[in-house]
Amino acid sequence: MSDSKIVVDAISKSFGALPVIERVSFDVRDGEFVAIVGPSGCGKSTLLNILAGFERPDRGTIKIDGAEHTGPSPKGILISQHGSVFPWLTVQENLMFGLSGSSRSEQRALADRYTAMVGLKGFEAAYPHELSGGMLKRVELARAFVVKPEILYMDEPFSALDALMSLRMQTELRRILEEERHTVLLITHDVEEAIYLADRILVLSSRPTTIQTTLHVDLPHPRKLSDPRAQELRETILKELGL
Amino acid sequence: MAQSPGGIVKQPATSLTRIVPPVLVIALLIAVWWIVVARSDSPIFPTPWQVVTGAWELAEDGTLWEHIEASLLRVGVGFGLAFLVAIPLGLWMGWVSGAYYTLNPLFQMLRPISPIAWIPIAILWFGIGDLSPMFLIFISSVFPMIVQTTAGVRTIDRRYLRAAANFGVSRWVLFRRVVIPAVLPEIIVGMRIGIGVAWLVVVAAEMIALRSGLGYLIMDSRNAGNRYDLVIASMIIIGVIGMLLDGATRLLERLKTVKWRYVR
Repeated sequence: MSDSKIVVDAISKSFGALPVIERVSFDVRDGEFVAIVGPSGCGKSTLLNILAGFERPDRGTIKIDGAEHTGPSPKGILISQHGSVFPWLTVQENLMFGLSGSSRSEQRALADRYTAMVGLKGFEAAYPHELSGGMLKRVELARAFVVKPEILYMDEPFSALDALMSLRMQTELRRILEEERHTVLLITHDVEEAIYLADRILVLSSRPTTIQTTLHVDLPHPRKLSDPRAQELRETILKELGL
Repeated sequence: MAQSPGGIVKQPATSLTRIVPPVLVIALLIAVWWIVVARSDSPIFPTPWQVVTGAWELAEDGTLWEHIEASLLRVGVGFGLAFLVAIPLGLWMGWVSGAYYTLNPLFQMLRPISPIAWIPIAILWFGIGDLSPMFLIFISSVFPMIVQTTAGVRTIDRRYLRAAANFGVSRWVLFRRVVIPAVLPEIIVGMRIGIGVAWLVVVAAEMIALRSGLGYLIMDSRNAGNRYDLVIASMIIIGVIGMLLDGATRLLERLKTVKWRYVR
């Protein structure tokens, strides 16, 4: 257990009389990419919010690097479905928002490097409302990566994008993860996205949610969804989800 | 495709469609006014031309500028003080729930009282000098700005506050980089309402016992020999200045940091 980055131990959560999460436990290794899929409304987002420290479980604990997790911190950045790029700051200012310590010029250089990494070179001075949905998502990713978080919590990050852009962003994310080591927890309802990206897939049951199945994805990157093993995995997951 | 019913498809507004129709409407109104006055042979009600010459007379001897200056100064001081009080108070009430629940009912009760109703109290407290209208302007513009600022803070999208918390920034950075810019559009709306009410009130306030200002000019023109040409000239000047004040406040909406709120 010593190489576990995140240890989730029997967490439960109810909203009033409505139980949402029931005794969910799992571990995440350092550098591992874990995708969580489940039927809509099953409490996936609540689970991720608890993991990221924005909500507290009623029971159970979360340990990160062996220490109990108490609240949000730059160690783990949450990327939500709707995005939270500050509309009143430029791309560069958004990236510099979470940076502290180093000098302004160092921060600016770092911000520009990550802007370039997500393919937005030349848009440093642009305001978010001047960008498309896909570009905004890149800003969001860059702003998370620039603070070098150990963990990324992604809540359906690409679901608001069109199918083509969503695929493109998945490829980009994989490319960045090859360059930088992060532990990632991804909530998604897109089974293929989970197979394409993750090392391990947790399938959740409907509410109150529990872990129904755990599947390992032992395929080398870059993955092809046309691979028979990937197809088989897809069938298995869909069956688990009742389809 | 062709024109859609109900104007769902936005037509690009050219300077032609934005300038010509309103100018035509105003010209038509002036023409009707002129014809009616000329036909009716009214001894008191002036023609547009009499209004123009009357205003010119005042402009030439300099009294018009003095009145305008006096009114603007009162609005400037009263509104400025209201701004200095309302913005910090509104931010505090928006941020701290205790402050909101304690003070909001009081302000909601004071807000609907017409500033005109404060006139007797203003005279009692501040006499009949410059301070009374300044106080009335303060009273009239402080509440809309408090309410707007408070509402702005309370409706900041939670995802931005969460993101700020996630990056672990200090309270000062949170306030300066997230809360203030997020509320700025609401503050500007509050300023527009505030300055609009302030301008309405200054004219009313000057109608009592003052010896300067556009409100005084109106009352004085009527009392000093039914100079209705000057009454109407003052009204038009008040309207134009009010429009310019609003336009100046609206310029703030063009600030780069608030533009996000107005584009769609």
